[in-house]
Amino acid sequence: MDNKNISADRKKYLRKIRINKITILITQILLLVAFIALWEILADAKIINSFITSSPSRILNTFLNMSDSNLMMHIGVTVYETIIGFIAGTLLGVIIAILLWWSEFLSKVLEPFLVVLSSLPKTALGPIIIIWVGAGTPAIIVMAIAISLVVTILDMSNGFLNTDKEKIKMAKSFNASKLQLLTKIVIPSNISTFINTLKVNIGLSLVGVITGEFLVSKAGLGYLIVYGGQVFQLDLVMTSVIILGIVAAIMYQSVVILEKIILREKK
Amino acid sequence: MSKNILSVKNITKIYQAKNGETIALDNIDLDIKKGEFVSIIGPSGCGKSTLLSIIAGLEEKNTGEIYLDGKKVDGISSEIGYMLQKDSLLEWRTIYNNVILGLEIRGIKTKENEEYVNNLLKKYNLYEFKDKYPTQLSGGMRQRAALIRTLAVKPKLLLLDEAFSALDYQTRIMVTKDVYEILREEGITALIVTHDISESISLSDRVVVLSKRPAKIKAIHEIKFDMQNRTPINCRERPEFSKYFDTLWKELDING
Repeated sequence: MDNKNISADRKKYLRKIRINKITILITQILLLVAFIALWEILADAKIINSFITSSPSRILNTFLNMSDSNLMMHIGVTVYETIIGFIAGTLLGVIIAILLWWSEFLSKVLEPFLVVLSSLPKTALGPIIIIWVGAGTPAIIVMAIAISLVVTILDMSNGFLNTDKEKIKMAKSFNASKLQLLTKIVIPSNISTFINTLKVNIGLSLVGVITGEFLVSKAGLGYLIVYGGQVFQLDLVMTSVIILGIVAAIMYQSVVILEKIILREKK
Repeated sequence: MSKNILSVKNITKIYQAKNGETIALDNIDLDIKKGEFVSIIGPSGCGKSTLLSIIAGLEEKNTGEIYLDGKKVDGISSEIGYMLQKDSLLEWRTIYNNVILGLEIRGIKTKENEEYVNNLLKKYNLYEFKDKYPTQLSGGMRQRAALIRTLAVKPKLLLLDEAFSALDYQTRIMVTKDVYEILREEGITALIVTHDISESISLSDRVVVLSKRPAKIKAIHEIKFDMQNRTPINCRERPEFSKYFDTLWKELDING
């Protein structure tokens, strides 16, 4: 950027954009602060029952008291299960999508089953999973995989099948083998499909893990939420939900950063 | 030894569908001499692109044979290049990596071949763009890059399937001229499918007119201009040009 040659109009324009950005950020912060302050004041004044709604100060206290106990352990468990479920679900889904691309017959045969599986609420499989793999971490991970797998298969194989026909034809005119079509045309054409799948999957895996933890676990944020609910400790529930929100945001942002790295390499 | 680089004999193509069969090509015979530029025109949907796909080995034929340089060809031949309407450059690869794609796929990415590609890039003014990505190039440059990608594997015969029709008019005229000169320079024979009568006249030594489905060869016209240094641009100003145009136009139109 050459700062010396900027015209007055351009300066004005850039300033306008910057001010607009700052205004939005300030409003967002104010909104959050106002919400927290209102919550705290209403709870303090006993207008709302903080036994049911908790309050920001109680949440902060819970958080601080838990840090020396095992909050980090619970966060760690949830993150660990989510990452394993996410990686396994994505990998497995992509591999199956590749197989479906490879064999049109297989793809046609499996299509109705996949459609049914994709509309089936995967949480309904919970009891089956528990009986099959046991009530513990494996069941939670399987749950996370179950939730993200079918979506991955459908999205990726849809992307693969919609690869530009002309590009395929071009490669075929050089006598490309099916494997070459896959590695040189189809997979690189679908990088953005893949990144979108990652973004969807990180959320879905977290849904799977929390559902799994609700059902079986003895640790993790999902466990804390259920436990807190059962002993009527709304402070614990609220704290866990807030932490969960932060964890989800960080995981999503990691995928966004990964996307930027991949796209920068390509450009 | 035949001086025909390509001989197409009795090609018939029948499409099968649930509601019946369609004869697309009916006994097509065509000979093309080495170094010749031949265009195929015909009413839309008559099967001209199908014929090209069959010659390229990308589609099956029902009957007939194809000979390249006297040798029978079955399937995809390494000596036939194929250019489509879209440049189909891979946007995640640099121009250089795009033009060596054919070498890569065929497993002949040797030093000599890469040097050959570099020379082509230099000769046709793309060398300084070789590390750029396709999106950073103009439509004309992209089409030239696509041509070099095809030439990199040293085909004897180049098939062009509406290769210029995706470009805007001005670019198209320039690219047509570029391609014409490059192919003449490299001594490559070209078989061109187009729906554009002017384009077919301006580019070719002969124009083949196909009838509508089932396509047969209706007529073959020799295109000759009484001039030196003919280019696809300057021949458009000759009086013969409009005569050829008239003849071809009528042939396409009346019995279509």
